[in-house]
Amino acid sequence: MIQQLTKFERRFGLVISVLVAGAGLTLIGMSEDGLLAIHGTIILAAGFIAALLTGGTIHEPEPDAKRLESYYDDPIKFGIIVSMIWAVFGMFMGVWVATLLAYPEWTFDAAWSSFGRLRPVHTTGVIFGFGGNALIATSFHVMQRTSRARMADQLSPWFVLLGYNLFCILAVSGYFMGITQSKEYAEPEWYADIWLVIVWVAYFALYMRTLARRREPHIYVANWYYLAFILVVAVLHIVNNLAVPVSFGHIKSYSAFSGVQDAMTQWWYGHNAVAFFLTAGFLGMLYYYLPKRAGRPIYSYRMSIIGFWGITFFYMWAGSHHLHFTALPQWVQTLGMTFSVMLLVPSWIAAANALLTLNGAWGKVRDDATLRFMFLAAVFYGLSTFEGSFMAIRSVNALSHYTDWTVGPVHAGALGWVALITFGSFYALVPWLWKREGMYSSKLVEVHFWLALSGTLVYVFAMWNSGVIQGLMWRTYNESGALAYSFNESMVAMHPYYIARAIGGLLFLAGAVVGFYNIWKTTKMDTVQSSVPSGDGLIADDASHSR
Amino acid sequence: MHKDERDPHTGYKTTGHEWNGIKELNTPIPRAILLFIIVTHLFALGYWIFMPAWPLGDTYTKGLLGADQKKRVEKEVAEAAMSRQAALEAIERQDYNTIVNDLHLMALVRENGKTLFRDNCSACHGAQGQGQSGFPSLADNDWLWGNSPEQIAKTIRVGVNADHPESRSSEMLAFGRDQLLQRGDVLDLVSYIESLSGKVPKNADSADSADSDGIALPKGQSIFAENCATCHGADAKGSTETGAPDLTDDIWIYGAGSDTIFHTIWDGRKGVMPSWDGRLTPLQQKILTLYVLGLNEEEQ
Ligand code: HEC
Ligand code: HEC
Ligand code: HEM
Ligand code: HEM
Repeated sequence: MIQQLTKFERRFGLVISVLVAGAGLTLIGMSEDGLLAIHGTIILAAGFIAALLTGGTIHEPEPDAKRLESYYDDPIKFGIIVSMIWAVFGMFMGVWVATLLAYPEWTFDAAWSSFGRLRPVHTTGVIFGFGGNALIATSFHVMQRTSRARMADQLSPWFVLLGYNLFCILAVSGYFMGITQSKEYAEPEWYADIWLVIVWVAYFALYMRTLARRREPHIYVANWYYLAFILVVAVLHIVNNLAVPVSFGHIKSYSAFSGVQDAMTQWWYGHNAVAFFLTAGFLGMLYYYLPKRAGRPIYSYRMSIIGFWGITFFYMWAGSHHLHFTALPQWVQTLGMTFSVMLLVPSWIAAANALLTLNGAWGKVRDDATLRFMFLAAVFYGLSTFEGSFMAIRSVNALSHYTDWTVGPVHAGALGWVALITFGSFYALVPWLWKREGMYSSKLVEVHFWLALSGTLVYVFAMWNSGVIQGLMWRTYNESGALAYSFNESMVAMHPYYIARAIGGLLFLAGAVVGFYNIWKTTKMDTVQSSVPSGDGLIADDASHSR
Repeated sequence: MHKDERDPHTGYKTTGHEWNGIKELNTPIPRAILLFIIVTHLFALGYWIFMPAWPLGDTYTKGLLGADQKKRVEKEVAEAAMSRQAALEAIERQDYNTIVNDLHLMALVRENGKTLFRDNCSACHGAQGQGQSGFPSLADNDWLWGNSPEQIAKTIRVGVNADHPESRSSEMLAFGRDQLLQRGDVLDLVSYIESLSGKVPKNADSADSADSDGIALPKGQSIFAENCATCHGADAKGSTETGAPDLTDDIWIYGAGSDTIFHTIWDGRKGVMPSWDGRLTPLQQKILTLYVLGLNEEEQ
């Protein structure tokens, strides 16, 4: 694979690897506490391995010039496999965290395995590890195909993917050791944050450079979504993580914001992370793989446009619905609430546009589990956005906030939308990329589908129930006007639902394991040269593959 | 590739663009969507008119309803406090004896005490007040600091070894660690103490432990009289003055068993009961006192 890089790229890669290793060494040298040294060591090791790989091939000949006539797919393959590894890891951690809520003693009395440390391992593992790698990998695929252009160079995609995974590893290993800046979904400390900025700028540049080489007159919607994802996440990440380290030898830093400004910045970030990481990016996926698999034109170009601009505009204002009834001034809450309600329309337009695209292909939805994954994802997307807008209404939020009711729709979105659209896209993409007849086993795709669906339903129903019961118990008064239930009693009432949730999660995890196995087996199958799968082939004659 | 095509299924034209095989139809926006947009935007507009909404420099639009979440919460908290006061003021006014004999008031105590107890006390004392290792049972009619309502109320108010200026204080000294006693002495004490609560020391009748056989108990007794009686009393029945527990019953704070007892005497103990003054109102403390007493009646 590395031989595919040009000599210049290999040399440049070696320089970057050495710089990374040097940065690791510097951190070790500056470290005033053992923790920074451990992370320095991880960075050093990463740089060292990358240097060995690039350095070892430095004298190999230049790659065949014919490669420029086809798309560059090696990093995409890598991204898919890594994404599936993160999926299994992150969901396993999810099941563990779910079990801890039902049986708190399962921490084995150790600090690293306490709930507070494992929970961000779960969220980071699934959102950034699984979701992030899936987004990067599919974006590389979609941007090349819809631009009919090969990626601008071969080094940047590797830098982006490997650098991004280094960030994820720093994040997750840090939580186990107790390193966190305690901002949800932005827990990693300053040095990891700086590294992510570098990686992200390279990602953005790569995307723009590839788009600039496009041979299509227009830019396809999926690209708008991917670009919005990349651009906005960069802005969010930089602003929310503005912080001053205690010293350059110390992992700890203090946020540039304090008090209610800090809370507002965090949830402006948190909500838009949901919007642009968990929504926009995956809509990009939906808008490419669904019509492709269904073989149908997008239902309405106009709906694509108002959906996209509506989502990007309204989401930006909605973050304050996470802070209803807090010290945040009421007028800010009003804006968050009303914009969330207006946001429902573009969200549903995006979902409806996808579902209506399936008109004329319902037979396929019935027979093809891969397409069914995508169909169901769009349905769950509609469902979770409906609930989101509903919960954003202040009087509803008064009941739902702090309860499992939030966790329910979160996972309707996370499992039903994010994970299902990813699995569906992977099942479509893997045979195209590896040039296989189809997936290793379409039965297993079917099995995965039912495991995922039942797991999601069990999870979401358990949380709706427990959330509403919790919310009601917390606001029930006795005749003397005092609270009727203690917190303790509400915990007892939650117990059966927590067990149900863990079982639902286990089903979902089992599905992911089956999926990983199936994908792995597919990569080991024979190549089919005769029938170039749709969506692949040479750049020059790609247009002739259109159906 | 600009060619107008008509999709046979929907009858709509495509936009003429194509990306890697994907085309788009030029379907107009459905009416329902426009309606939906109008409804949500009108809702937002209405809400802005009635509620605080848009910033204006250093102030904001207050809204026609004059809503203010801070004022509202203050008002609701005050109202709730007043309604509670009305319902519970009899408990505040009456003395302990009257309340205990008033079925209606005791029902109120149980109802409100349960939530208070479970929210504040059960983490240490258990949901039913049954206690756990290190935290005494409050339901066994056995009291470190006395069984009268006033004594219990004081414990709740000031705590034990707590940061309250009037806090009760008590400590079981670390006789072994601080080298006040030798290891052998401590072992003798363990046997002696176990015998007090009716346990036959493990080695009492075994042939090969002649030195401890029959000697340990009297020896333990005399060491006890010299070192321990000041707090635990000569009869080892404890004292509600020092908070030292009765060692003759089979009720243990830290659990039965020679190892635990050895550990207590060797390393000492200093349990902390937090002070609730300032965290719970006097009325709440009173309800808890009565509730805790009530736990013991159920026991009998
Ligand atoms: C942090 C743990 C903790 C909490 C919370 C706690 N206690 Fe205690 N409590 C203790 C300990 C330890 C003791 C024993 C102190 C000693 O050694 O004398 C104690 C003793 C007591 C006693 C005296 C028992 C006796 O035998 O005389 C009473 C009464 C009591 N607690 C009531 C309460 C009530 C009511 C609450 C809730 C408002 C409460 N406790 C909350 C730890 C706690
Ligand atoms: C200064 C007073 C004091 C002296 C002297 C003292 N004790 Fe204690 N002892 C206490 C107190 C107070 C406690 C309860 C500690 C707690 O609740 O944390 C206690 C607890 C104990 C317990 C644990 C009881 C249980 O229920 O788990 C044992 C056993 C005990 N003492 C034995 C002894 C022996 C043996 C000696 C003499 C060597 C001794 N004590 C001397 C004050 C004293
Ligand atoms: C195997 C499946 C999964 C299980 C069992 C699971 C379980 C859990 C549990 C127990 C929590 C903590 C809830 C709490 O603190 O009360 C949680 C939180 C969370 N999980 Fe999952 N999860 C799974 C999959 C996923 C996936 C695939 C994603 C994202 C793509 C995800 C995203 C999240 C998020 C964002 C939170 C934080 C929610 C909040 O703060 O309200 N989870 N999960
Ligand atoms: C119209 C779109 C949406 C709106 C208006 C919306 C609104 C909300 C609201 C009101 C909350 C609860 C805040 C609270 O009480 O604490 C919430 C939480 C959350 N939502 Fe959404 N949501 C939308 C879509 C989505 C989607 C598609 C996802 C992702 C898959 C998602 C992920 C989350 C997460 C992870 C949280 C939990 C945040 C936390 O407390 O940690 N949301 N959302």
